[in-house]
Amino acid sequence: MHDSLLRAVTLSVNGSPVAVPAGATVAVAVAIAGQPCRRSVSGEPRGPLCGMGICFECRVSINGTPHCRSCQIVCEPGMEVRTDG
Amino acid sequence: MMDKDSQQPFDVLVIGAGPAGMAAAVRAAERGGRVGIVDDNPNCGGQIWRGAEDDHGQEATAWSSRLRNADITKLFGMRVFHQPETGVLLAEGTDDVCELRYTNLVLATGARERFLPFPGWTLPNVMGAGGLQAMVKSGLPVRGKRVVVAGTGPLLLAVAAYLRKQGAEIPIICEQASWSSLARFGVGLLGRPGKITQGLQLKKELAEIPFAANSWPIGAHGGQVLESVTISRGGKTEVIACDFLACGFHLVPNVELQSLLGCQISGGFVQVDEFQQTSVQRVFCAGEPTGIGGVELALVEGQIAGLAAVGEKNAAQKLFGERRESHRFARMLDRAFRLRPELRSLPSAETIVCRCEDVPYSRLQEHRSWRAAKLHSRCGMGPCQGRVCGPATQFLFQWNPDSVRPPVFPARVGSLGRVVSGL
Ligand SMILES: Cc1cc2nc3c(=O)[nH]c(=O)nc-3n(C[C@H](O)[C@H](O)[C@H](O)COP(=O)(O)OP(=O)(O)OC[C@H]3O[C@@H](n4cnc5c(N)ncnc54)[C@H](O)[C@@H]3O)c2cc1C
Ligand code: FES
Repeated sequence: MHDSLLRAVTLSVNGSPVAVPAGATVAVAVAIAGQPCRRSVSGEPRGPLCGMGICFECRVSINGTPHCRSCQIVCEPGMEVRTDG
Repeated sequence: MMDKDSQQPFDVLVIGAGPAGMAAAVRAAERGGRVGIVDDNPNCGGQIWRGAEDDHGQEATAWSSRLRNADITKLFGMRVFHQPETGVLLAEGTDDVCELRYTNLVLATGARERFLPFPGWTLPNVMGAGGLQAMVKSGLPVRGKRVVVAGTGPLLLAVAAYLRKQGAEIPIICEQASWSSLARFGVGLLGRPGKITQGLQLKKELAEIPFAANSWPIGAHGGQVLESVTISRGGKTEVIACDFLACGFHLVPNVELQSLLGCQISGGFVQVDEFQQTSVQRVFCAGEPTGIGGVELALVEGQIAGLAAVGEKNAAQKLFGERRESHRFARMLDRAFRLRPELRSLPSAETIVCRCEDVPYSRLQEHRSWRAAKLHSRCGMGPCQGRVCGPATQFLFQWNPDSVRPPVFPARVGSLGRVVSGL
């Protein structure tokens, strides 16, 4: 693992603190928190599929902004991430 | 953010900062052009050189430093979603929209994985092969995790080797292609597709990972998250417990922007002349959108496009021989990893095909075209705009893609206002 990934960043996922390596994306933080990213229109739990910004399965709300593609956004300290809409 | 709207037009504007776009931007800028490069990702490198701090080898380092040192306007974290008028593109960042003017355009938008639906494929932790790799490159730990790698294409090998290096256990790589079709690629002594492993310099890393041809996933199981997969292997089924399934069926090109701009597309690929120019004057295309051919082809096409865009035709011509070589490899790839028809019967009636709108297979069967299916079932109408289910239904039902309408990516309401008003 490279140096930057050894430095941790702490943010919150659904109100609980999660520490991730610096440079990690929000999708990674949600995975480490053990949460799915969203519920599908019929209520299924969903997580990242493409990892590259095209499938929109990794949508979460970040600091109150809904529908953010978490795989394309790097974690910042204190970010508030919600997977429950 | 600086006000980019007031900028002079770029001599060459490059969309996509993977190998193709990087090479195009560098060659154009080194010849003195005013060059800009845009990418949705926070860094350059595209798919293969993802992860700014990872060591991707000499070639990557060399291109990255040429890009860094050249006088190029870099707009990363910006996604191009619309062309309101010829010579103007709109790009959206996290909290702004900018207008980019160009004289020449190089579209180096790369490829994405093809996903095929099978029962259970919507469970969390079933991801693309490149998809899981991208997540791990972005910090997801996989040490001690069991990952089944499945689908088709050389990417499976690259991903398996990468994950193993990161400490994952790979019980098996399932490749749907038959041994005979892989043999065209040259099957090595160990019963592995030798040329690919050599090409990817992965022979050592792959030596201890079981590889099965004629093999594909038929079901993923688990309650809230993946617990196991059933694979079909040489006609028999087998259940394998795992934490992740990394599954992709080779690549499909990203041609939405090219299509929006009116570039001629045939057989799914953007048509270009010998200088990589599309059917639209001054719009060039390089890398995967012109044909899936790997990093070497992307680099040489990018260079030709960048040079041609600044009028350096002689220098561009010197690279034609190299491009011909890489094209041969691309054709071989295409033949070796063609999808077998049995994969069309993977989905059951209830299997979701369109993940955005949760449209099951049974609701699609009754339709005769992609357009009809979209209209009646909402398949492909969600935020991914058919990027996942489009290529899947094209394979399952032989439906042809529709024309592309702006925005090519869902944009925020504020940004959309500018689409509607045409500025
Ligand atoms: C998920 C994935 C993983 C891969 N991993 C490997 C690997 O490990 N090893 C290997 O040999 N090959 C890998 N490949 C194949 C690899 O993509 C090609 O070999 C080669 O890198 C293609 O280069 P490119 O420049 O054509 O495209 P890419 O590298 O795909 O670059 C295209 C870039 O354009 C950007 N882009 C597209 N549309 C827009 C837009 N509208 N606005 C802004 N930016 C845009 C994308 O974000 C991307 O960064 C992978 C492919 C995929 C899809
Ligand atoms: S995982 Fe596909 S968009 Fe993020």
